[in-house]
Amino acid sequence: MAYFRSHVLVSVDPKCIEKGAFELMGALQDELVKQGLVDEVEVLETSRIGDPETSGPDMIVYPEGVHYTNLSLEDVPFLVEEQFIKGRVAAQYAREIKEVVDEELSAPQEKELRIVLENIGTVIPLNVEEYIGHDGYMALGKVLTEMTPEEVIQEVLDSGLRGRGGAGFPTGLKWRFLRNAEGDQKFMICNADEGDPGAFANRRVLEGYPHSVVEGMIIGAYATGAEQGYVYCRAEYPIAVKTIRTAIEQARDMGLLGENILGSGFSFNLEVRMGAGAFVCGEETALMASIEGLRGEPRPRPPFPAQKGLWGQPSNINNVETFSIIPQIILKGAEWFAGLGYKKSTGTKTFSMAGDVKNTGLIEVPFGITLREIIYDVGGGIKDGKDFKAVQTGGPMGGCLPEAYLDLPMDYEALDQAGSILGSGGLVVMDEGTCMVDIARFFMEFTQEESCGKCTPCRIGTRRLLEILTRICEGKGKPEDIPLLRNLCEQINEASLCGLGKGAPNPVKSTLEHFLNEYEAHIYEKRCPAKVCKSLIRFEIIDGLCTGCTLCARNCPVDAISGERRGLHVIDPDICIQCGICEQLCPYDAIEIK
Amino acid sequence: MKVAVNEGHDVRNFVRTLVMEKGYEKAELIPFLHEINGEFGYISDIAIQELSDRMNIPTSHIYSVATFYRMLSTEPRGRHVIQFCESAPCHVAGGRLVWQKLQEVLGLKNGETNEDEKWSLLTTSCLGVCGVGPVLVIDHDIYGNVTPEQIPDILSHYE
Repeated sequence: MAYFRSHVLVSVDPKCIEKGAFELMGALQDELVKQGLVDEVEVLETSRIGDPETSGPDMIVYPEGVHYTNLSLEDVPFLVEEQFIKGRVAAQYAREIKEVVDEELSAPQEKELRIVLENIGTVIPLNVEEYIGHDGYMALGKVLTEMTPEEVIQEVLDSGLRGRGGAGFPTGLKWRFLRNAEGDQKFMICNADEGDPGAFANRRVLEGYPHSVVEGMIIGAYATGAEQGYVYCRAEYPIAVKTIRTAIEQARDMGLLGENILGSGFSFNLEVRMGAGAFVCGEETALMASIEGLRGEPRPRPPFPAQKGLWGQPSNINNVETFSIIPQIILKGAEWFAGLGYKKSTGTKTFSMAGDVKNTGLIEVPFGITLREIIYDVGGGIKDGKDFKAVQTGGPMGGCLPEAYLDLPMDYEALDQAGSILGSGGLVVMDEGTCMVDIARFFMEFTQEESCGKCTPCRIGTRRLLEILTRICEGKGKPEDIPLLRNLCEQINEASLCGLGKGAPNPVKSTLEHFLNEYEAHIYEKRCPAKVCKSLIRFEIIDGLCTGCTLCARNCPVDAISGERRGLHVIDPDICIQCGICEQLCPYDAIEIK
Repeated sequence: MKVAVNEGHDVRNFVRTLVMEKGYEKAELIPFLHEINGEFGYISDIAIQELSDRMNIPTSHIYSVATFYRMLSTEPRGRHVIQFCESAPCHVAGGRLVWQKLQEVLGLKNGETNEDEKWSLLTTSCLGVCGVGPVLVIDHDIYGNVTPEQIPDILSHYE
């Protein structure tokens, strides 16, 4: 095979063709022949690489990765001379490389280890050739030609991979259950219903590296004997839905999906199903009900999906991230993966960091890292030099952990023992200015709203919890509320049907355990230590700092502030609605919250 | 509910075409409801009746599904639907003030549509673009890092 030192990829999407992409390729080829470079430089066609509306024709020269745009035929001789003979970039045609700030996914920090997120943002998601160039679909080839289904399952088992959706059940074991189950048809389902507020790792994987999910699913189907698969994606992610749909079509066109894949005799079909805005559909049995065209309500387990799942047939559900890791495990081996991580939690995990931390966004770290390392080393510490108060892990059904837990090595078991969950990998960092009772109330508002209403403990229990928490925040809490909350938490956790109900009390339970003093301050002293709960705070103007500029009085929406120009102003507590506008506006910091 | 004769005709044809193209498997129900909701802004009684006839599913079942999912509506909506993300990351980033301003400017509360049927104001669950919160979506346009001051300007872009 000829060895080329350079490859030129010319974009041949319809717009670029209109602008003369083929003519450009011809001119390039002619010039290369003329210069005697035709054995050294190869010209290839590729799909869209730039924005053809504003530029084009576009081409990229590898290995340098220079992106040329707005090219005309006359430019070709000069370009060939500069780029391939003199070996320098013809800067006047090179596309200005704009520093695109990715607010969700920045360059990896020192303590990160990226496996799932490695190629996101650097490869073109829907350029299947580029995926293949990154060893894509090589694992599938290996599996179909060299491994039996049982060997694949054993490899995944040996890797120690556990469900990245949060429950942490060993993936290989789940696959074995499905393989051994008896049924007319088996289903392989990808849970892309990432509903936890603040978690968006799955969305980035679907949008940024969709073929890794498709490949993982095909491998899973081969291992388990499933012939039909579904990606259930939430409708709030329109771009992810579109991207994964296109990726599936591309795979089908290349013979990687459908009948007799790669001539192996194995067949697998994949379809995308969209949610319609129901958080509970992230629960596996509710998700299957939704695919069937029903209300997304969970059903009791057992029977587990591996016995009776979608349409009563044996089914298996894994998370986006789980599927995305599979090809890498097959290629690099179970040992490599099992060597990463900590104790029974192997590999890496993505986290979506939000809240009062300096660097918010997506990170990926090996298990065993401590929360302190995540928050301070990767996250850059707390914003505005404030003190850390708590971190909530695992989304709205996770617990809030105080400072004492920061040195805990992160894994499924450690978080479970600490009264929280790993969940989808959401991390909400809270500083000293957060009221923990208010936070518990906020999360209860969410679960109460999202409770599907099928089982009583969750439907009514979360409602009662919310009422009690609201009353405490309003300064109407009673001493017996604390034992009542504890009791309700216990009951809801024990008696609810699915994970949503079982996890719903976690924020309340954990704040009661670690921040009981704040509950007591609200109930006994009618005081909100963090000065957040409106009914328990007063705004006062400090004599000596107030210059009488009248700014606060002019902006008060209820005219609660009075005073002469250049004289001390006063807030009437009976009229004040604690909106906080005056405090934000005051240029002299003369307004104090008490 | 009063519906113009033509509109009823359109909805029926739309449903018929859907079922003809994609089949009447029950699993298609939610995708169909999405399509109808997207085309007409909501799922009318006529649409439910037509779906029921064509797919051989009781209207009660269709109604129960259509009302279960937050993104489907059985009530008519305005020409432009504003969805405001109400989840924690947006809340922490100043979403509360944006939400107050939205309600104030439009004179609407959550779930309401104004009289000239221009605007519907809704809250939505997390859109997963938490890096740029507070976030709001008008029809298919996403606005990130929204401040209360920007609201009148953003709204003025819609007829």
